Amino acid sequence: MLRLMQTIRRFEERASADYLAGKIYGVVHCYIGEEAVAVGVCGALNRDDQIISTHRGHGHCIAKGADLNRMMAELYGRETGYCKGKGGSMHSADFGVGMLGANGIVAGGISIVTGAGLAAQMEGKKRVAVSFFGDGASNAGPFHESLNIAASWKLPMIYVCENNLYAAQTSAQATHAMKDVAGRAAGYGIPGVIVDGNDIFAVHEATVKAVERARAGDGPTLIECKTYRWRAHTERPGQPDYRPKEEIEAWKKSDPIQRLVNHLKGQQGQFSDDEWKKMDEEVLAAIERSVAFSEASAFPKPQAALEDIFAD
Amino acid sequence: MAQKTYAQGGLEAVAEEMRKDKTIFYMSTDAIPSLLEEFGDERVRATPIAESAMTGMAIGAAGSGFRPIVDWRQVTFSFVAMDQIVNQASKIHYMFGGQVKFPILFRAGVGGGTRLAAQHSQSPYSMFMNLSGLKIILPSTARDAKGLLKSAIRDNNPVISFESNRLMGFKDEVPDDDDFTIPIGKADVKRAGTDVTIVALAWLVHEALAAADILAKDGISAEVVDPRTLVPMDHETIRRSVQKTGHCVIADEAGPTCGASAEIAALVTEDRATFSALKAPVKRVCALAVPIPYSPVLEDHVFPNRERIAAGVREVLKA
Repeated sequence: MLRLMQTIRRFEERASADYLAGKIYGVVHCYIGEEAVAVGVCGALNRDDQIISTHRGHGHCIAKGADLNRMMAELYGRETGYCKGKGGSMHSADFGVGMLGANGIVAGGISIVTGAGLAAQMEGKKRVAVSFFGDGASNAGPFHESLNIAASWKLPMIYVCENNLYAAQTSAQATHAMKDVAGRAAGYGIPGVIVDGNDIFAVHEATVKAVERARAGDGPTLIECKTYRWRAHTERPGQPDYRPKEEIEAWKKSDPIQRLVNHLKGQQGQFSDDEWKKMDEEVLAAIERSVAFSEASAFPKPQAALEDIFAD
Repeated sequence: MAQKTYAQGGLEAVAEEMRKDKTIFYMSTDAIPSLLEEFGDERVRATPIAESAMTGMAIGAAGSGFRPIVDWRQVTFSFVAMDQIVNQASKIHYMFGGQVKFPILFRAGVGGGTRLAAQHSQSPYSMFMNLSGLKIILPSTARDAKGLLKSAIRDNNPVISFESNRLMGFKDEVPDDDDFTIPIGKADVKRAGTDVTIVALAWLVHEALAAADILAKDGISAEVVDPRTLVPMDHETIRRSVQKTGHCVIADEAGPTCGASAEIAALVTEDRATFSALKAPVKRVCALAVPIPYSPVLEDHVFPNRERIAAGVREVLKA
């Protein structure tokens, strides 16, 4: 789990740097600071369980087991990327590992993955489906429509709200009257759970319970993970970030990765500084390999723009 | 072969395909009784009134191996699901690099004549034609409805079936053969003629045929071409007809602005061989560019009909 969390962080640090260097195009939304949510949730899932992500999707993709080379190549706009260079950062997806895609529309994925949950229920194979979304999406219609249907039909769904306190620049407090998004679960007659989203054990434990409930046919759970985005809404230079500096610094002290490292170190003899350093070097090497793979990959041929509009 | 209504043709297509393929299921805000009775409530689902979620769920289920059918009833209700249609369904195969298929049939009633006023009398198919990534069918007969819907259900892409409200009770011969289909993307010459091509859509196919009868009395031979599929449009059949007749009138129940009629006019005039064969400008006979009004006097004034089509033909032939 620690390795996956560190992989997300290092992948995004590199993606941000390469974006600023002009090697990655468009926009990059970093998940740094929220890694415990994706890893804690996905750690409680099987490979054939499905998830859907948001515009801030690298973390979910990595946590679900996507290949770093193909992810980075997609950001680089190369033909070896997951979407053959047609998607980029906001559309990272690997249907093969049950990752139904990052999505450029806030709340846009919630009903889609609820359909995956319906498929799971109809197939009867005890798969579950997970929707990741932010506090901003919890104000949008698809959240409410989907939770209502999932609750009514007892779909094997887990709705994971990553409440990082801001929808782009706007404080969550200014956009909903209830303090906690989890409280909305009551309106649909399903459990709403609040966890410390920077505590991977808490996230994992809550997800395990929700997965058990879903697989048992008892329906969905809403899990609200209180967390924080360390970086601005996007990596675009000169972007305003109105969040108080003290608030950002305070949350950095609650770094989910450092908390896990401290925990592991606290367990006598289980994890040394050297081991941590070695792990980080291995992660960095994997990121380096993904960049080398991307740079060695060709750009798609221009006429490939006309392919994949329709399936055969 | 038996005489069946347009509505029955569509329903038969769905039932036949559902019998054959267990991955097909149907979602609408009320379950269709005959389907519910035959297939049960797991495969024929009455959803909450939440078209946006229903549409999104169809995408997710399709990407997970099912072949959902979403019945929005009236196209009016598809508009509350526009994010899912425009941002998701039409693009999802492409923007994820074709990783998996999304076989979905969306059904929606279109057209006026039902005295239901502005919201429930719309024919906005060109809004959807403008998106790359959705196939669009628009049948005009019971036979075409059945054959096209069967093809749409078997297609591995999102397909929207726009079905004319005015035609629901129209009857014609429908093959009983389980394997009868009509390929998506093939236009149909509904009546052969030599003097003018009338490209007509949905209900206006029938009005165009009636106009052809009127014109025949004056010795004018009109050919009526029904595109049947709007995306992909059968350019070849339309162009071949216009090259033969040298005149083109386009009849559409939708308004003219950026409509299917405009697209047809463009495919006729952009092609050198077809343009060279034209002896007069292309004429469009469409609804007036207004929201559809309620009062019969107003509504009937807004929509095109056989007389206006015949007048349009006379106008191009005079030029």
